[in-house]
Amino acid sequence: MSKLLAKLSPYKYFILFAILFLFTSSILDLTLPYLMSTIVNEGIPSGNVSFILETGLKMLAISILIMICSIASNYLTSKAAMSFGRDLRAEVFRKITNFSLHDSDKVGVSSLITRNTNDIIQMQMLVMFTLRVIVSAPLHMIGGIIMAVSKDPTLSLVFVVAVPIMILIIIFNIRWVTPLFRQIQTKLDKVNRVVRELLSGVRVIRAFNRIEHERDRFNNANLDLTRTSLSAFRRMAAMQPFTMMTINFAILAIFVFGSIRIDGGHMKTGDLMAFIQYATQIMFSLMMTSMLFGMLPRAAVSARRITEVLSMESEVRDPEQPKLPAKDLKGYVRFENVTFRYPGAEEPVLNNISFEARPGETVAIIGSTGSGKSTLVNLIPRFYEVESGAIYVDGIDIRDMSQEELRSRIGYIPQKAVLFTGTIADNIRYGKADATDEEVRQAADIAQATEFIDAMQDGFNSYLSQEATNISGGQKQRISIARAIVKRPEIYIFDDSFSALDFRTDANLRAALKPITRNSTVFIVAQRVSTVMNADRIIVLDNGNMVGLGTHKELLNTCEVYREIVTSQLSEEELA
Amino acid sequence: MSDKRKQQFNGMRPPIPVEYQSKYSRGKDPIQAMHERRRARRPMGPPPGGGFRGGPGGPMGMPAEKAKDFKGTLKRVLKYLKPYWWGIALIAVLSICSSLFTVISPRVQGNAITIIEQGVSSKAGINYTALYRTLLIMGSIYILTTLFSFLQQFIVATISQKLVFSLRRDIEAKLAKLPLKYYDSHTHGEILSRITNDVDTVSSTLQMSVTQIVSSAITIVGVLFMMLRISPLLTLIALLITPLYLLVVYVIAPKSQRYFIAQQTALGDLNSHVEEMFTGHKIVKAFNREKDSIEEFEQINQMYYTFSRRANFISGMIMPIMHFLGNLGYVAMCIVGGIFVSRRTISLGDMQAFMQYVRLFNQPITQTSNIANVIQSTIASAERVFDILNAEEEVPEAANPQDIANPEGAVRFENIRFGYSEDKILMQDLSIDVKPGQTVAIVGPTGAGKTTLVNLLMRFYDVMDGRITIDGVDIREMTRGGLRSIFGMVLQDTWLFNGTIRDNISYGKTDATDEEIVQAAVAACADHFIRTLPDGYNTVINEEASNISQGQKQLLTIARAFLADPSILILDEATSSVDTRTEVLIQNALAKLKKGRTSFVIAHRLSTIRNADIILVMNNGSIIEKGTHEELLNRKGFYYELYNSQFMNGAESQAV
Repeated sequence: MSKLLAKLSPYKYFILFAILFLFTSSILDLTLPYLMSTIVNEGIPSGNVSFILETGLKMLAISILIMICSIASNYLTSKAAMSFGRDLRAEVFRKITNFSLHDSDKVGVSSLITRNTNDIIQMQMLVMFTLRVIVSAPLHMIGGIIMAVSKDPTLSLVFVVAVPIMILIIIFNIRWVTPLFRQIQTKLDKVNRVVRELLSGVRVIRAFNRIEHERDRFNNANLDLTRTSLSAFRRMAAMQPFTMMTINFAILAIFVFGSIRIDGGHMKTGDLMAFIQYATQIMFSLMMTSMLFGMLPRAAVSARRITEVLSMESEVRDPEQPKLPAKDLKGYVRFENVTFRYPGAEEPVLNNISFEARPGETVAIIGSTGSGKSTLVNLIPRFYEVESGAIYVDGIDIRDMSQEELRSRIGYIPQKAVLFTGTIADNIRYGKADATDEEVRQAADIAQATEFIDAMQDGFNSYLSQEATNISGGQKQRISIARAIVKRPEIYIFDDSFSALDFRTDANLRAALKPITRNSTVFIVAQRVSTVMNADRIIVLDNGNMVGLGTHKELLNTCEVYREIVTSQLSEEELA
Repeated sequence: MSDKRKQQFNGMRPPIPVEYQSKYSRGKDPIQAMHERRRARRPMGPPPGGGFRGGPGGPMGMPAEKAKDFKGTLKRVLKYLKPYWWGIALIAVLSICSSLFTVISPRVQGNAITIIEQGVSSKAGINYTALYRTLLIMGSIYILTTLFSFLQQFIVATISQKLVFSLRRDIEAKLAKLPLKYYDSHTHGEILSRITNDVDTVSSTLQMSVTQIVSSAITIVGVLFMMLRISPLLTLIALLITPLYLLVVYVIAPKSQRYFIAQQTALGDLNSHVEEMFTGHKIVKAFNREKDSIEEFEQINQMYYTFSRRANFISGMIMPIMHFLGNLGYVAMCIVGGIFVSRRTISLGDMQAFMQYVRLFNQPITQTSNIANVIQSTIASAERVFDILNAEEEVPEAANPQDIANPEGAVRFENIRFGYSEDKILMQDLSIDVKPGQTVAIVGPTGAGKTTLVNLLMRFYDVMDGRITIDGVDIREMTRGGLRSIFGMVLQDTWLFNGTIRDNISYGKTDATDEEIVQAAVAACADHFIRTLPDGYNTVINEEASNISQGQKQLLTIARAFLADPSILILDEATSSVDTRTEVLIQNALAKLKKGRTSFVIAHRLSTIRNADIILVMNNGSIIEKGTHEELLNRKGFYYELYNSQFMNGAESQAV
């Protein structure tokens, strides 16, 4: 946590002055009971109205000063805390944006989102709360004790008993109540999870007549949550009244001993009244401090999660001196003995893969689930780093190129179409920011998307909601293809992008692609034989090994795995 | 709801001074600037929602949501509280008592001071008997207050938690009775938020605010009474400060509201940008858009910073001002009270009591002003909860249901008319006759709405006209459970729950033996991969089911269907996510499974389709052609075209 709080240093003067103002207002706050006691001790017995008025006006002036100081410190505090949050948020976002895919897989996307948003807000709140309340509480307490001792050191002994009792109550609170609230959070998550499953699985649950079973599951989670909440809130119910009782009994003790002191002529009645006010102040400050302990554990978790992100080193980094490929080389891809394994995995996903692709060629990759098809093409844009061997694009090892340079040559279409909030045109232009309307439409034409886009109310200006829930999967995929086409890259990567399309659209699309990919290299990962069989070269993967390389016809005769795949999909007559 | 928010938002637009300069909105009203930016991003997009909720516990000045039918909802909440009337009555009594004690105790304290002061000034010494008697009263009051407020809070906590429990239970019970239509027309997040956030809001308001109202009212009246008894003139002075409190509550607090709304909107933007960019990380990278993404983030971040800083500053100003007003009352009492005491109009103890009464009086006034907001948003939350509880339920089960003991699997559609809404009819006078053991293939382009058929067969939706029979029995004459147990279904979206693989497979047959489970897994070609997992059949599928692949998930749902051993199968694009080689094995297994069973297959594979007994061709959600492969080809319609677009590839393959 201290590492993160160090990021407050640009705002150290804000904080310094905020504390200064806070300190001033605390001190001033404590002079009010003192002035009041002088009214009682000196003004009232002598009936000196002008003295009472004068002291009263002093008190008023001090009250105004207190207000000004607190507002000033509040201004500085919000500024420091919010700036801290803003800077941290931006830093985390930049860091994550530059993560490699493997880095973000490692933490998990949803966790990264929470870390960049909620966790930072948590920290921001902690800073603000600490500066506003926690810093002032000890100041108040120490000031109160000093004032009390200066009034009457003997009577101050009351605090020697009362403060430890208060601290005991606080510790008790932390040990006895706070953990339950943490449990509530976990149990609430459980209820949420069950409900989420209930909602997403409604068809299956009903199909299998498992409503009763799911109800039991829900009721158990609900009951469990309620039980914990009950005991947590019941314990809470005990805490506050007993804290108040401690304060009240301290006051009672001040009366008992104070009256004796007054009777002995050691202090005056006004001092007793001031003393009571100091006592209240000291005790309330203590109570406030205990709130920090409620906040700290959560903030500590957040801080750890943020620090973890910030201390991660991106796995894929640009070279110090990136090389540029020769200008006339466009679309050459070469794998040389490439082996890749996901970190921690026993077996490599890809084993010693070598092949070459030239401009104008279509290379298809086929194989069973987990055979490494997708991984293979994901290595080309350097989403992941190879373990051994090398990949060359346009004659240069991709690790010697800048990532930007490399990816500017590639049009990538993922397996699951990812679109962004915005219009359809915006999404297509994502591939080429300065594309003209004409280019956008042409790309959509080739991607077989124009028909459904035109059928939409606002055509290319139709707005896609988050995750594009207002269009179908196949439609999303076609926009995602158009996005890559508008870029006119030298290398196309279709990462199993056709399986969301029906046969007809698939066929039309590939026919339309042919002319524009004449000078480009095309990689296609596919499940369907019909999609790959016209490729110039088909790579057959089996458990990470390349078991076949050749044309459809060649492979039918030479590759057993390929034959198996083909026979599974095409009937004998189609094969014939 | 969000529409209303926007209106509310546009409704109040006082010019605000802009002393800060941001890179993105130089010299403009930042809120306006944000909306311009938002408009630029989403030309006809929905108005800002941002998932804002002004529940209790928020800082002062947070805007409250308004309920549509405040009275009716309140009545319903009260109805829910009815079983606890005794507890609530007890709470009322307890809080009246403890408030009364709160009111009395400054007075008693004042008496003690007076006794001491008299002792000092009379030179006779303090009358300890009187003092100790007073202190004894004080001590008893403190103990009783503690006891009462403990009891009160204890009962409140109990009642509110029990209420939450029963609300959640009722919602769940209701969800089970709601038709699929409800699920399809509400997002999961929406329902989830009602069952958690809204229910929570209701409970915490009950816990915090309801007793506060009672005790505040008592305190205000009691304090007023006590003050008047001591000195009407001092009371008048004390009351002069009250309007200042109200000024703060009604003038400054609403000012911060504008910024809180803007802050929430900006936060919503921020969250969705982060979510989108991280989810689409690969695409951002693939298209070299890291810089753009960061730049946009920084814009939104700056917006959020501006609003949150201002919102917090303004709302943070409220406390010091309140504190000042408290001091103002205190100082006034010191001056005027001091003068009064010196003239013997009142005693010193009265002055001490008054200093405390001034604070006690104004505190509940500021508190209750916030309570109004809290209650409003609570009722809005309660309303959303009751929305679910009020929703129309599924058509009740038939009075004398006739379930089929040994179904043969003859399915008939008789003159079916159906659509998801009256103005969009998808099936008109559709009749199909499927004999036991036949295969029905459903084909059509993507997004043709093939799940509609499943919805009808399983009675997730009811037909508008006509009837569907199984073995001659109208499916509406059966129990839903009886009907659905006839079917085995492998849906396009696999659904697995957070449990072991074993539990997931045996979902359709709870009493299955381990042997049967393994057999089903073997049949679905899932046994091998399951055994390679670290815990085999006991591997727990995690929340996102991300520890197994999509294809593997599919295999598990197939195994589940195998184990359930149904008479009629519905295979909804069953093998589309399974890789080609596994598909061979599955095809074989499915062929085995299909033997002797009626099956509805939603598939893309023409070889399957050609062997089907009946083909239903769907487009744009409705069935446009039906018949056998040969019949449909001869018709030279939509199917013919569809088939040829595929056959083109077949022809090429023949040429190779």
